[in-house]
Amino acid sequence: MNPASFKTHPSAALTLRNVTKRFNGAAGCVTALDDITLDVKEGEFLVLVGPSGCGKSTLLSLLAGLDQVDEGAIRLGEEPVRSPGRDRLVMFQQDALFPWLNTLENVMFGLRLKPDLTEAERLESARYYLSLVGLADKEKARPHELSGGMRQRVALARSLAPNPRVLLMDEPFSALDALTRDQLYRDIQDIFTKRKKTIVLVTHNIREAVCLGDRVVLLSPNPGRVRQIFDINLPRPRRINDPELASLAAEVTDALSSHLSRSQEGLA
Amino acid sequence: MKLPRFVIPTLVAVTFLGGWEWFVRVGHVNDVLVPAPSQILHWFWDSLLNGELLSATWVTMRRLIIGFAIGAALGVPLGALCARVRWIRDTLGVLALGLQTLPSVCWVPLALLWFGQEESALLFVVVMGTIWAVVIAVQESVLNVQPLYLRAAMTMGSKGWHLWLRVILPAALPGVLSGMKQGWAFAWRSLMAAEIFVVILTGFGLGSLLHAGRELLRMDQVMGVMTVVVLVGLLADLIFFSPLERWLRRSRGL
Ligand SMILES: Nc1ncnc2c1ncn2[C@@H]1O[C@H](COP(=O)(O)OP(=O)(O)OP(=O)(O)O)[C@@H](O)[C@H]1O
Ligand SMILES: [Mg+2]
Repeated sequence: MNPASFKTHPSAALTLRNVTKRFNGAAGCVTALDDITLDVKEGEFLVLVGPSGCGKSTLLSLLAGLDQVDEGAIRLGEEPVRSPGRDRLVMFQQDALFPWLNTLENVMFGLRLKPDLTEAERLESARYYLSLVGLADKEKARPHELSGGMRQRVALARSLAPNPRVLLMDEPFSALDALTRDQLYRDIQDIFTKRKKTIVLVTHNIREAVCLGDRVVLLSPNPGRVRQIFDINLPRPRRINDPELASLAAEVTDALSSHLSRSQEGLA
Repeated sequence: MKLPRFVIPTLVAVTFLGGWEWFVRVGHVNDVLVPAPSQILHWFWDSLLNGELLSATWVTMRRLIIGFAIGAALGVPLGALCARVRWIRDTLGVLALGLQTLPSVCWVPLALLWFGQEESALLFVVVMGTIWAVVIAVQESVLNVQPLYLRAAMTMGSKGWHLWLRVILPAALPGVLSGMKQGWAFAWRSLMAAEIFVVILTGFGLGSLLHAGRELLRMDQVMGVMTVVVLVGLLADLIFFSPLERWLRRSRGL
């Protein structure tokens, strides 16, 4: 990659230039991401949507530095992303809680890796985020004693608590009941505006995408490409039941399904 | 009506021992070759009173525990190293796999040559019995740690020693524990074999006691020691390994 062609947006937190990622699996070579160029601005809430298998999780892993690109480059600010770091926390699609730790210890795990905090501050912060996700009374429970939705909420608390600069979230709200989810939509927007974070979130729920995102990026599969980017200029905090939001969501859904049917025609 | 669980085993044991006792008493078999349970119990009581049994058990247990501890303490880091470094896995890991299949009493001749008829010779045999099973178990369970745990930990900033001590080893713990249990069983067997074969001047263990029983044609002593060996093995499992395993299972919902 020629460094001269690497023009970054001045306030871009994450920049992807011609990123390609392939997997050599049992089913042959899959191009999970093909020539993706995208900027995530500092303090932006970017939402990725697209059909299953279009490379959303792969993109998050690359941004996290957990996997390496095959072609192209990814930067965080001016620094190339090569390895995972505390500044980019991932909340995975599966909850990934540690079964040898209880709820509180799981949330404390990331906090303990921040040397500038005292133990009391860590505890306070862990308890704050646990109560935010409504699990203050489950401090001592082990992951296997929690329901699927509870585990996902603990994972959410665990990724929010260390207060990372960039938060990468893979379908964080998919296993929650509607009430908790609505509450967390409000909370995450609150955290986002107050703490000035950069968030990249993956979802299958278009309405959720429009409710949370400053921009919604529509990806298409085989190979994974950016199809369309929607700017969502609604004032915050947004409510999921806002009619204006609903009409925008319908627009994105139409785009998604037209791409889907077109790609199916292509296959036929 | 449901009988308590211990009733049937107790009945079977009493019938078996009673039948055995009767069989020997009426003279169907020579009681030099097959002593009656009462004779074994008698030996047991005598050697308990004169201190012989306790001191032999102590000598054996000390060898076993020290040897096992050394073997496990070396085996865990070596196994971790095998998992971490490819070429070490291809050399030491393969060697461990091979040596694990070698009955560790095969080490006795070498141990005697290297260390003489000393405690260290027996310790060496016990260490060889323990270490390879532990190395293999640690290597395998570290390699099988769910990548998702590692990825989650790394994005939270965990790496190096922190990753090993806080994530990889706890995640691998169930496998490591079952490797230790296997190592313990190997060590116990090899120690018995070595004690029976070799006279070690520095201590008279259970194996030596058994051997002496044979020389004196005291089958009550031989069978008594065998009983003690079985009991020690059972006890180690009952008070150490089983509770640990149960705790591990329960706390992780396995
Ligand atoms: N480790 C891997 N080995 C082989 N192929 C992989 C691997 N990870 C992902 N893929 C392939 O890459 C493509 C993109 O996968 P990815 O998990 O990024 O999809 P996704 O958009 O997150 O899907 P979903 O919405 O179902 O979570 C898929 O075709 C998948 O089969
Ligand atoms: Mg995914």
